[in-house]
Amino acid sequence: MTIHNLYIFDRHGNLLFYHEWVRRKHTSMSKEEEAKLLYGMIFSLKSFVNRLSPTVSKEGFLSYKTSAYRLNFFETVSKLKLILNTDTETSQSEIRELLSGIYRDIYVEYAVKSPMVVPGEVITSNLFRTKLVQYVQSSHIYKAN
Amino acid sequence: HEKTYSYPLDIKLKFENKRVTVAFGERDGVCIGHVLLAVNGQPLSYDKLPDGRNVFDFLEERENFPVNLKFGRAKITTNEKIVLASMFYPLYALAVQLSPDQGSSGILELVTDTFKLNSSQTLTGVKFIVVADLKQSGIDQLLEKIYELYADYALKNPFYSLEMPIRADLFEQNLQVAIDQIEKTGFI
Repeated sequence: MTIHNLYIFDRHGNLLFYHEWVRRKHTSMSKEEEAKLLYGMIFSLKSFVNRLSPTVSKEGFLSYKTSAYRLNFFETVSKLKLILNTDTETSQSEIRELLSGIYRDIYVEYAVKSPMVVPGEVITSNLFRTKLVQYVQSSHIYKAN
Repeated sequence: HEKTYSYPLDIKLKFENKRVTVAFGERDGVCIGHVLLAVNGQPLSYDKLPDGRNVFDFLEERENFPVNLKFGRAKITTNEKIVLASMFYPLYALAVQLSPDQGSSGILELVTDTFKLNSSQTLTGVKFIVVADLKQSGIDQLLEKIYELYADYALKNPFYSLEMPIRADLFEQNLQVAIDQIEKTGFI
């Protein structure tokens, strides 16, 4: 699986963290604007899905696919949002496990438990970044290229 | 989900978006987000009973209990369908803009925990959107078939004007045949 990039948003829509692995196309706007646009899109998608669903749904929007990439969405009970862009082939259940693993083993351990990390602000901790990259790259679905 | 309730009502209701919805007190199959559809067999009109009384006042009075309440998911109106379809257009385009890779199309497939949405765009920008069960296969073939039916029974129809809703019997009949076939066999 090729991983393109990862965004982490808090419950208010603030971008807490961004990392990119393989990205061949950038938008013409600043990182903050792009994050706001992405958050707005996810917010609209969630409400769209909620309205369209035939039965009351528990998790709602999970992912969407285009011809070039798949956007995977994971939201915790505390409304923390993880957005991961990958290629179109990888199994969704494995990506979901990866995302829940990132939340459980990296975010909770190195961001929530860190006294230096301020809620609502960008995570600047280097330890967080290195542990995250290590976790993702050691996952059995990651493909290095 | 129809049940008889006694005073006091332990389900908390609120009036939102012109509908009486369940805000708190999820139990026995009645979930948060469900709408109050009928009271004692009489359907509700916004927040009023057919005789004009406000349903919240009605449910405050002890002598009106025990009362039979029917809850369910709100039916989607035609207007709402138009709104949702229009909402899909910009989301489709945003997917192209936010793509991390070159040459991306718009949203082709959208997965949730209760349904799957597939879309296909023609060269002229007409979009076909199918909402289906997660396990339904062959939707791509269905989308192609629908494009074929659109070309044959809508575009070639002398009484059909572009950009207007399609009201052709032949289109709907053949569409139903295609859908039945896909549901039964999984391919066309």
